[in-house]
Amino acid sequence: MTTTTSTTVKEFRLPDLGEGLTESEIVQWHVGEGDTVELNQIIADVETAKAVVELPSPYAGTVLRLHEAAGTVVDVGAPIVSFEVAGEPGKTPTTTPSVPPASAPETASDEVAAPPDGDTDAAPAKREPNLVGYGAALEKSGRPQRRSRAHQAGTAEATPPPVVKPVEQPAAAASAQAPAERPRSTPPVRKLARDLGIALETLTGSGPGGLIVRDDVLAAADGSPAELSPGQQPAGEPPAGEPPATDTAARQTRTPIRGMRKHTAAAMVASAFTAPHVTEFLTIDVTPTMELLTELKASRAFEGTRVTPLTIVAKALCIAVARNPTVNSSWDEQAQEIVQYADVNLGIAAATPRGLLVPNIRAAQSLSLVDLARSLASLTETARAGKTPPADLTGGTISITNIGVFGIDAGTPILNPGEAAILAMGAVRSTPWEYQGAVALRSVMTLSLSFDHRLVDGEQGSRFLADIGTILRNPAMVLTMV
Amino acid sequence: MAQDDTPRGPETGSGAILPGPPHDGADDPVQLIDQHGVRRPHGHYDELITDVDGAALRKLYEDMVVVRRIDAEATALQRQGELALWPPLLGQEAAQIGSGRALREDDFVFSSYRENAVAYCRGVDLTDLLRVWRGNASSGWDPYSINMATPQVIIGAQTLHATGYAMGILQDGADSVAVTYFGDGATSQGDVNEAMVFAASYQAPVIFFCQNNQWAISEPVGLQAHVPIARRAPGFGIPSVRVDGNDVLACLAVTREALARARSGGGPTFIEAVTYRMGPHTTADDPKRYRDANELEDWTARDPLARVATLLDSLGLLDADYTDSVKATADAIAAELRQGCLSMPEPEPLDVFKHVYSAPNSWLDRQQDHYERYLASFAEASQEGSR
Repeated sequence: MTTTTSTTVKEFRLPDLGEGLTESEIVQWHVGEGDTVELNQIIADVETAKAVVELPSPYAGTVLRLHEAAGTVVDVGAPIVSFEVAGEPGKTPTTTPSVPPASAPETASDEVAAPPDGDTDAAPAKREPNLVGYGAALEKSGRPQRRSRAHQAGTAEATPPPVVKPVEQPAAAASAQAPAERPRSTPPVRKLARDLGIALETLTGSGPGGLIVRDDVLAAADGSPAELSPGQQPAGEPPAGEPPATDTAARQTRTPIRGMRKHTAAAMVASAFTAPHVTEFLTIDVTPTMELLTELKASRAFEGTRVTPLTIVAKALCIAVARNPTVNSSWDEQAQEIVQYADVNLGIAAATPRGLLVPNIRAAQSLSLVDLARSLASLTETARAGKTPPADLTGGTISITNIGVFGIDAGTPILNPGEAAILAMGAVRSTPWEYQGAVALRSVMTLSLSFDHRLVDGEQGSRFLADIGTILRNPAMVLTMV
Repeated sequence: MAQDDTPRGPETGSGAILPGPPHDGADDPVQLIDQHGVRRPHGHYDELITDVDGAALRKLYEDMVVVRRIDAEATALQRQGELALWPPLLGQEAAQIGSGRALREDDFVFSSYRENAVAYCRGVDLTDLLRVWRGNASSGWDPYSINMATPQVIIGAQTLHATGYAMGILQDGADSVAVTYFGDGATSQGDVNEAMVFAASYQAPVIFFCQNNQWAISEPVGLQAHVPIARRAPGFGIPSVRVDGNDVLACLAVTREALARARSGGGPTFIEAVTYRMGPHTTADDPKRYRDANELEDWTARDPLARVATLLDSLGLLDADYTDSVKATADAIAAELRQGCLSMPEPEPLDVFKHVYSAPNSWLDRQQDHYERYLASFAEASQEGSR
């Protein structure tokens, strides 16, 4: 052993690759353990909330250990790779730990991610998000934001580990005592719950004084995936990077449930097990609607506009809502109130690259047919491009899912959480049908309407569906309805 | 002189809308080296670069290689968690080196945050270049040490500073020039327009050097400018010129012309350097989300370094010895940059009180005293509390 070949182990911790990120996913490793790497050699692709970026090696040396597998979501500051670096004391002053420069003094209660075992390096201070844009810092802090109640314990809640694995009881199975008081939580946790479609009153808080913390919501969201209604099947979402671990015994693939899939599942479970669904079907001759579409397409007013059966169905729904307003309402369990909406914020279920999204058109009832057609076109286009702004995903009051585009006739759609009704429109088929006392080939479509039976009685739901059917069967009938 | 490969900016900026008052330069950017590395003669600007011989061209090339290397190293340092953020200049080397190398030592630069190559021309200490991005200091350097203000992050605000400085030059009766750098997006800011009004009114010796890199973060220039940006300046009474911002010689020539005008009492000039930001807006941005990949390909074909390399090669000046030495220089500077970054001492808590006022200030002293006592109250961390 010569004197110059002393080596040191250097740990590389995941930096904040954007401004104010708290976690990133390792998409792919470009090196393996034992590989020799040069300074700035690309060792991994990492996906943040903002971008997929290449990670250059901070050291020249040998890869000793990859701490995280590809496909793992890692907290900023957690070690991801260890290097064996030669000739440590000499040249480069790399005793500087490879942590983000803005590291602040150690804050004991603000655990970012526990390094799994003894660090070979002097453990550097963890990053404390404190720059502009560190919005996520809220969820890491147990400090009272406002209206703190007396028995706030001194300890801050721990941040959940990056990979949420444990499968706890599904949301619906959680204790269902319905307290009059709103369950206590913090604004970021309430937002998370709302985003995930978790009703806070179904949860038992594990924080100080029964406070519902982020972990509680995530655990609830981690429940068994919901069955999707036909047509709502989002585009497949294979995880980036290497294939997930395969079961040794059987030919099956195990994919961690996360991201859109998890959110969709949570929303479906929450909806399916809170709102008692009733589904009704109506099959109608929509030939006059199809003829109307042909006319509209040829008219100058609609030039450059995409008019489809969905356009007419959307308009018909808005008109029918005006006559049957209870379908455009919401059940507020906490307040023990029914919320009736004046505006029809019309959600359209869309299969996007990110999965199922239901962006909505605000005040759709106020739009002319041509404006509605344009709104629908831009909404689906934006959704398919994966560019739907978050604001368009909230505040919907009633939804349409167009399963006809998949060639499906009917289904039992699951309500978009918080809404009272959802209409599935089936494919328009050329079908032998009774017409003027004889059998003729007609354009026929089936409508499926699911509604929340807590809010909407069979009569109201049926009238609503029948109204839509009347319009589609003969658009001129609108004259009698508005 | 058909120049079909000349960058013209996006279609929306084609200039077909207004027949209107022509600016001093044509809409076709001034070009002396085309994208294929061919030296294009120019009736007016050739005489401004007669001193640029092979050796000088080699030096300009080396500058561009070095600043591209600095940029790559800083980007890597950000990815490695050593810098919080970095605004890459990739693709804009010629605009910055060509103009930066035209300046005299007593000229004064007011830049935005992307002009790291200009700072390099001014002789900035490489470590100083990184201080702010590492979060170690609130400002990188003493502006008077290199006659360049520290980068302005507020979009376009530096143009006012430059105009004010130039008005000061007038008062001094000096013949130096203030040069301000900003992007296409900044031209929509009130500050830039106000600065141009004052510069024209006072005929201040200031150069408005606009690097039109086609994108204001995610907004294409065509949305902000329906005619070439250079056409705006004549409306303020400021002569303007469009230049191929990826042509280092052309950028040098037009900047020299503007400097000469300013030094001789001719007032301000507006230069629109048509270039392209080949990388992200900053390391926290992903241009793939809003930019067509074909566009990057088009501009890669107009790379500012490649065309000079081709020209040098055609002149027999791109031998292996030279390229090796350029690479070695760039690598050494990158290593120096990295070392400077990693060995930067962490700032002390009380450093925040430094450089606030040049003279004693009782209010600040009081605050510092309070803070010192607060720090001393941490039993373990009271080393700063002695007084």
